[in-house]
Amino acid sequence: MPELKYTQDHEWVRPEGDAATIGITDHAQNALGDVVFVDLPEVGREVAAGEAIAVVESVKAASDVYAPIAGRIVEVNAALTDDPGLINREPTGEGWFFKIEPADPAAVAALMDESAYAAFVDSQA
Amino acid sequence: MAETDTLLETPLAGLHRSLGGRMVAFAGYAMPVQYPAGIMAEHLHVRSAAGLFDVSHMGQAELVGANGVQDAAAALERVTPADIQALKPGRQRYGLLMTPEGGVFDDFMVANLGDRLLLVVNASRKHDDFDLVESVLPAGVRLNRLPDRALLALQGPGAAPAMAPVAPALTALSFMGIARAEIGGIPVIASRSGYTGEDGWEISAPAESAEALAKHLLSLPGVQPAGLGARDSLRLEAGLCLYGTDIDESTSPVEAALTWSIGKRRRMAWDFPGAERVREELANGTARVRVGLRPEGRQPARGETMIHAPGGETIGSVTSGGFGPSLGGPMAMGYVARPHATDGTPIELIVRGRPLAARIAPMPFVPHRYAR
Repeated sequence: MPELKYTQDHEWVRPEGDAATIGITDHAQNALGDVVFVDLPEVGREVAAGEAIAVVESVKAASDVYAPIAGRIVEVNAALTDDPGLINREPTGEGWFFKIEPADPAAVAALMDESAYAAFVDSQA
Repeated sequence: MAETDTLLETPLAGLHRSLGGRMVAFAGYAMPVQYPAGIMAEHLHVRSAAGLFDVSHMGQAELVGANGVQDAAAALERVTPADIQALKPGRQRYGLLMTPEGGVFDDFMVANLGDRLLLVVNASRKHDDFDLVESVLPAGVRLNRLPDRALLALQGPGAAPAMAPVAPALTALSFMGIARAEIGGIPVIASRSGYTGEDGWEISAPAESAEALAKHLLSLPGVQPAGLGARDSLRLEAGLCLYGTDIDESTSPVEAALTWSIGKRRRMAWDFPGAERVREELANGTARVRVGLRPEGRQPARGETMIHAPGGETIGSVTSGGFGPSLGGPMAMGYVARPHATDGTPIELIVRGRPLAARIAPMPFVPHRYAR
């Protein structure tokens, strides 16, 4: 399985073929607490890097989820609608949010690797 | 975190940290918003068993009359429309402190301990509240602030079974009863009340005994720690107001649907601050009123969300909103124009620019289970 890449907004990105699967990190789900609702983008939407395109709501607050890279939404995780708790239970697995077909395939490679993300999280503590 | 350096701590701060509490700033205090179990689990545990909350940040004070508790009661009535003089020894009551304009200065609990009154007020307002009370006291009535007392809340259907072998005198109380007792050798003043809609007690104890008391209560069968996050979702399910969010100096008791806290005698005499506004509103109605709201689906609507008539004009806004773990869905309270305030009325909540279908709904969202 390809290595995960990370953003400073606590999203992970897994490049697979023509698309990249995106979700929020274990650190992010832990900080949010129990997720009760997600608002996902429309399939086919063109998004810019850094654009707020999804919302994740926990018991206590709503948080934006950003597009880590520019591109087109090709799939969203419909399972989250009925079971948003997947985000807490399997943040980097079945709790994925959406898939983006990158406008620039090199954009994913430019994101942080796991050790850089771990260092970033530590710097925020 | 830098911003927590200047925060005050309750006597249980060390215990919260040792229990893995996630500390956040609330009303100037570092308080646990949750423990490792998380808000959802803590909330559900309070509804199914029992939770222990630290609410020591709240303000406690006693009001003492040189010639007896009746003087203290009469003095307190200068700032509240509650009937304090009719409050019997061993009983507690909910009341509002009022502004001269008829807004809500704070909400509070007052108990008659026989020889004095015990006041419990909101953390964010305690200094202002006690200044206000002091400003109206006649000679011979004294307010003693009690910053060296902690306050714990034991809440849930498991609270009484846990308490029974420890302090039987407290299980003899009915809802809103209050008594002095001992728990594990620690002298406490406990009222059968709370902020969750469940049976339970709010327990006042000397600060130096607070940690021993908390550890004792946490050792009882079924009792788990619960944080401010669960306290907020529990009180919203119970339809209870949060001061500064659902009520404030701009809202009147009539708008807030808290008219029941105004004593009948006081509504004859109209002898409290803001009586003019309250009297006019009771006679003619208010333009807006506090209501419950149930969004369709799972999406919550948070505080400050605008409320529209279906496809139409703005008719109000949400003051508190979130997800009810026991309700299994979103819930909110807010103020709407009176023609739209009837239970079942369809409305729209404007969440992130899109209308979310909802209905006016009766509160509490989850039935109260007090020990009547």
